[in-house]
Amino acid sequence: MSTPPAASEYRRREQSITLSPLQEQLEAGSAGGEDQTQELLTLNFGPHHPATHGVLRLLVTLRGEVVHDIKPIVGYVHTGIEKTAEDKSYWKVIPVIERMDYLAYHFNALAYIGAVEQLAEVVVPTRAEYLRVIHLELNRIMSHLVWLGTSALDLGAISMFWYCFREREQILDLFEFSTGQRMHTRYFQIGGVAEDIPAGWAQKLREFVKRMPNSLDQYGDILNSNEIVLQRLRGTCPLDSETLLSLGVTGPLLRAAGNPWDLRKAAPYSAYADFDFKIPVGTVGDNYDRYAVRMAEMYESVKIIDQALAGLPEGPYITTDRKVALPPRHELATSMEALIHHFKLVTEGLRVPPGEYYNAIEGPRGELGCFVRSDGSSKPARVHMRDPSFVNLQAFSRMAEGAYIADMIATLAMLDPILGGIDR
Amino acid sequence: MPDATGLELIRQELGDAALDTSFLHERAVLEVRAERVRDVLAALRLKGYAFLASLHGVDYYPHEPRLGVLYELLDMARVDRISVKVRVSSERPLLDSIVPDGEGPDGEGDGHVGWPAANFQEREVYDMFGVVFRDHPDLRRILMPEDYEGNPQRRDFPVGGEPIVFTYNESPVLEGSE
Repeated sequence: MSTPPAASEYRRREQSITLSPLQEQLEAGSAGGEDQTQELLTLNFGPHHPATHGVLRLLVTLRGEVVHDIKPIVGYVHTGIEKTAEDKSYWKVIPVIERMDYLAYHFNALAYIGAVEQLAEVVVPTRAEYLRVIHLELNRIMSHLVWLGTSALDLGAISMFWYCFREREQILDLFEFSTGQRMHTRYFQIGGVAEDIPAGWAQKLREFVKRMPNSLDQYGDILNSNEIVLQRLRGTCPLDSETLLSLGVTGPLLRAAGNPWDLRKAAPYSAYADFDFKIPVGTVGDNYDRYAVRMAEMYESVKIIDQALAGLPEGPYITTDRKVALPPRHELATSMEALIHHFKLVTEGLRVPPGEYYNAIEGPRGELGCFVRSDGSSKPARVHMRDPSFVNLQAFSRMAEGAYIADMIATLAMLDPILGGIDR
Repeated sequence: MPDATGLELIRQELGDAALDTSFLHERAVLEVRAERVRDVLAALRLKGYAFLASLHGVDYYPHEPRLGVLYELLDMARVDRISVKVRVSSERPLLDSIVPDGEGPDGEGDGHVGWPAANFQEREVYDMFGVVFRDHPDLRRILMPEDYEGNPQRRDFPVGGEPIVFTYNESPVLEGSE
């Protein structure tokens, strides 16, 4: 069938895209050999494919069923959030930046807010730090539950998906109760959190904390002695710690290879220094270790939430510095000064002294860093998010090359990339 | 972070490769000559800063040289961070890529040990700011479409105003006759 004539310059250029350099390279690789019974197949995988966990496109070259080469192609959900952030005042950046990695919204917010707080030298009250830790760890469990459900689905275990999303709903209910929103809550604010927890929330959280380890045990009962899961995960696509470090990989993937690097322990931020928790590590860094490390992390997160709730101090939930945070609503009716502060913050926003800061925290997928440059105005001059999914994806071809295509799917699931974070 | 004194010591060791240091909010920044960035990173790697946490671009418009590239290095053993900053002009935005390995002292090349972690991130800086990384193995746009014109993260690049292409307006939009 002949190609129709190009209707426009765009269509002409679209038709001019060719894979011939790749094909030539492949032919050069195989033409010299005597064995002509095999040929390489280039397969376009995604961007619309349920197993890519988003709109990731992979150009996979196969030799039979074995993966020969993988080229990840990203950018399908690039929305220019970093550019948008430069056009908004500091506190209005928070809602857009939460939408980058859409399963780790509290983490995105904290990475950004932490950088701004450093630049503006804001002191955050302890109660706010504790409330942040509680929400961060709930968010981590929520993110891992989505990972577990969808990954198990990739391996053929559909019931896991329902169980994980059942527990995830409970976390989202807790978020809705405390912040008003289920996702992208805008709960973290510069100087603290938006609101104190409502009456009855602590009780609901306590019930959740009590129930969750039991649910995790149930997941373990389903998966840990499941022959299919073990066959698919054990010993497949390992990568050692040195290679992972040279590729910039952090988070559960690095810990699965036996390197206990976790910023919560190594460089405690927020209130993490106050809590007693362990860093689960793997041994060989295969898919099973990646699975086991994340499962164990959820137990540790539950422990952190339990301690933070028990030790939640009294006091303000946001800084009392009126130049940074809005005054309480009731003051507006009686205090002219409060009204002026409110007006200045809402119309112009907070002015941050000039400077640059890179703030790194431990997200569910690894080091989540936010670089903020201030030029002294009320809008950031540059916001850059170092998203762990983006950097970790570089290791994917190293993990899956030489493996079966089915193991490539399992490895992609264990890599846990979030395309909203990759493309931003 | 190395403290302010430690940062000055590193600067002295690097000699004329280092241009300036700043120590603000407990964050150590070392500004170096653009053509020496590979040497500086190699020297810092020997000091223990062996993990490249992040690489990103900044546009310092209207200051010159306008574009900046920052390398956030991390020493995992001492839990210590240092940022290396390079500035290039927007007329000649050229930098050596730190991704590929050099050949070593006996063969060709400078024996540079590569930082494969920078691969995607250098592509992003190229895409968003137009900084060209010499010897990068695969320097293509990464987030924007490959036929896109312009570098959207530059400060003088406008927000919005781009017509959206649908099938009904494909020809007028793309050929500019709208």
